[in-house]
Amino acid sequence: MNEIGLMHILVISTSLFFIGVYGFLTRRNMISMLMSVELILNAVNLNFVAFNKFLYPGQLSGLFFIIFNIAIAAAEAAVAIAIIINLYRNHRSIDINDATTMKF
Amino acid sequence: MPETIYIALIPLLPILSFLLIALVGRRYFPQICGLLGTLSLLSSFVISAIVAYQYFFVVGKVNGIYKQIIVFKYAWLQFNSNISIDMGLLLDPISVMMISIITFISLMVHIYSLGYMKGDPRISTYYSFLSLFTFSMLGLVLSTNIFQMYIFWELVGVSSFLLIGFYYTKPSAVAASKKAFIVTRFADLGFLIGILILSYYTDSLDFQGIIKKATDPSFIGSLASVSFMGLSVLTWGLVLVFIGGAGKSAMFPLHIWLPDAMEGPTPVSALIHAATMVVAGVYIVARLFPVFTFTCPDALQVVAYVGIFSSLFAALIACTQTDIKRVLAYSTISQIGFMMFALGVSGYGGEQGLGFMASMFHLFTHSIFKALLFLGAGSVIHYVHSNDMKDMGGLRKLMPITHLTFLIACLAIAGVPPFAGFFSKEEILLAAWQSNKLIFYAAIFTATLTAFYVFRLYFQIFWSKTFSAHHDQSDAPEHKHGEAPFSMLLPLIILGLLSIVAGLVPFGHFVSSDGEVLNTELHLGFSIAPVVLGLLGIGLALLFYKKENDKPNRMASALSGFYTGALHKFYIDEIYLFVTRKVIFNLIGRPAAWFDKTVVDGSMNGITSFTTSFSGWIKGIQSGKLQDYTLYFFSGLIGFVLLVIYLWT
Repeated sequence: MNEIGLMHILVISTSLFFIGVYGFLTRRNMISMLMSVELILNAVNLNFVAFNKFLYPGQLSGLFFIIFNIAIAAAEAAVAIAIIINLYRNHRSIDINDATTMKF
Repeated sequence: MPETIYIALIPLLPILSFLLIALVGRRYFPQICGLLGTLSLLSSFVISAIVAYQYFFVVGKVNGIYKQIIVFKYAWLQFNSNISIDMGLLLDPISVMMISIITFISLMVHIYSLGYMKGDPRISTYYSFLSLFTFSMLGLVLSTNIFQMYIFWELVGVSSFLLIGFYYTKPSAVAASKKAFIVTRFADLGFLIGILILSYYTDSLDFQGIIKKATDPSFIGSLASVSFMGLSVLTWGLVLVFIGGAGKSAMFPLHIWLPDAMEGPTPVSALIHAATMVVAGVYIVARLFPVFTFTCPDALQVVAYVGIFSSLFAALIACTQTDIKRVLAYSTISQIGFMMFALGVSGYGGEQGLGFMASMFHLFTHSIFKALLFLGAGSVIHYVHSNDMKDMGGLRKLMPITHLTFLIACLAIAGVPPFAGFFSKEEILLAAWQSNKLIFYAAIFTATLTAFYVFRLYFQIFWSKTFSAHHDQSDAPEHKHGEAPFSMLLPLIILGLLSIVAGLVPFGHFVSSDGEVLNTELHLGFSIAPVVLGLLGIGLALLFYKKENDKPNRMASALSGFYTGALHKFYIDEIYLFVTRKVIFNLIGRPAAWFDKTVVDGSMNGITSFTTSFSGWIKGIQSGKLQDYTLYFFSGLIGFVLLVIYLWT
């Protein structure tokens, strides 16, 4: 057990994923929630790399997906921050509990 | 008949003037609405006079028999190849006679109302209703189809309702209009069922089709097995149709609405509740007369006995009433009873058809003299401002023309020769004598009573005590000559002249049960008894009421029980109230209301309250908080994954 195998990486990525989910559900600050989302995305990226390396060595499909994911994460961050700024202008707050006007 | 479509103008002109007055005229030119309605009706009358001339003297007679002519027919609603609701115009002797009478009386009433309703703020509404009524009545008599007649029948009912309730601020007028509408609607239910039975068995809605099929001997034979409670099914159909007619014609026991209908303006009473609408019941029996005589003589017996009973009953009540319009209303019931039993005792064709012809003849003369009586009464009421004969008396010097025309009408209705009523009443009595002695004796007694009560009315209004204008002393000099304006006198004079000469028309030459000429001769010997009894009635009235005295009171107390009964209209209204309030309301109305409130409303309310509380609960899920939604999403996802894993392994 002195070599880092697939199992180790999967445990790390699963922990990272649930830390992200926990953070997304509990943090009230929208920036923190955005960061949690990044954690979830990175957990996925980690999985891609690990599966590519251990299951299909010599292929690059997993790595290409990571490139896509990073690009999507960047775009998503831009959109999310734009939404947060707009919410801040309207509510003078970036607390998620203040943004409850879109119900029934 | 070439170029016949102009006949359609007879009913169309009144409906056009109704639409014009009701939609435009009422707002923009209310002062000439009366004139407009009168002119359109004048044209309508002229056209129907031309039609009557054309029909009776030029084209109607083929080989000495008056034929039915269908001028125009349009299938409005086709159910199958035989049964359809048509809109059409049917000319035959009775419909031609009816359109002449209706347009003529309606014209008189229109002219009369120009004076009578002058100054009323709703005079344009009044004229629009009159036009609507005239249209519906003309449509009714010209119908080719029994269902078309039913449609116009209801239209007549609704215009009568509107006109009785014309003074809608008076609670009694509102109550009377509702009563009239409900009672006649109730009777029309019978009419509708009767129509359905007739059309089901004869496979036609056309009058001609029904009559042709129902008088076919093989058809009558085939129906013998279809019976209900001992009478054939067609008899039941006809009796039900007659119930509809009895409702409209105010026959016992559906007569209760007519006396109350006198709450309407007096010219309306003259037009609708004396001369035209109330004879619709007689008209429907006459229209289906071949079916009544050939197929269902039992139904005709019902007609005869209901007619004579109503006639006698109403005449007894009329002797005790003090409201002059109510006396006239009961007299109308009584006279319509005469027409009904005349139809009831009649046979078909030739000498047998004397009753039919007499009934139509009486309808004709009655509408003239009864309209005259009502219009005369209207002019008296216009002057005295009261309906009660106790407020009148001694008016003969103040209103000479009204007095004279009223006297003519009274002589006509009492059957004194040579006035109109004498001839028609003699024919009816003769027809009754030839077929049913019991009805004859009742009829002759009723005729005597008729003479008594109209002359009681006459003496109380125009003789008796001297008139004191106690209602308004200040304008007494202005009213010194209390005669009505010319527009009111003109119809009185015209109708008065007609009441003298109308009886001389050789009516049997024009209208008879089978279309052939029926020659009638006056049986002088036979006429002696009715005339003498009529004069006796008049003499009695003269003795009692010419001068104020206590004879009527002594007479009343001598007949105390009977007199009180008649004064209270034999408690028929009270019986109806008892039956409806105590029996129907308690046994049917209240349980139905309870069922509606608790069961029907309760289940509906339960559903709504459940929906409200359930939706209040689930709407809490949609909090608007992003993190709640995410939580649901993740728990759903996890649940889904667990489900897949569980099912997979």
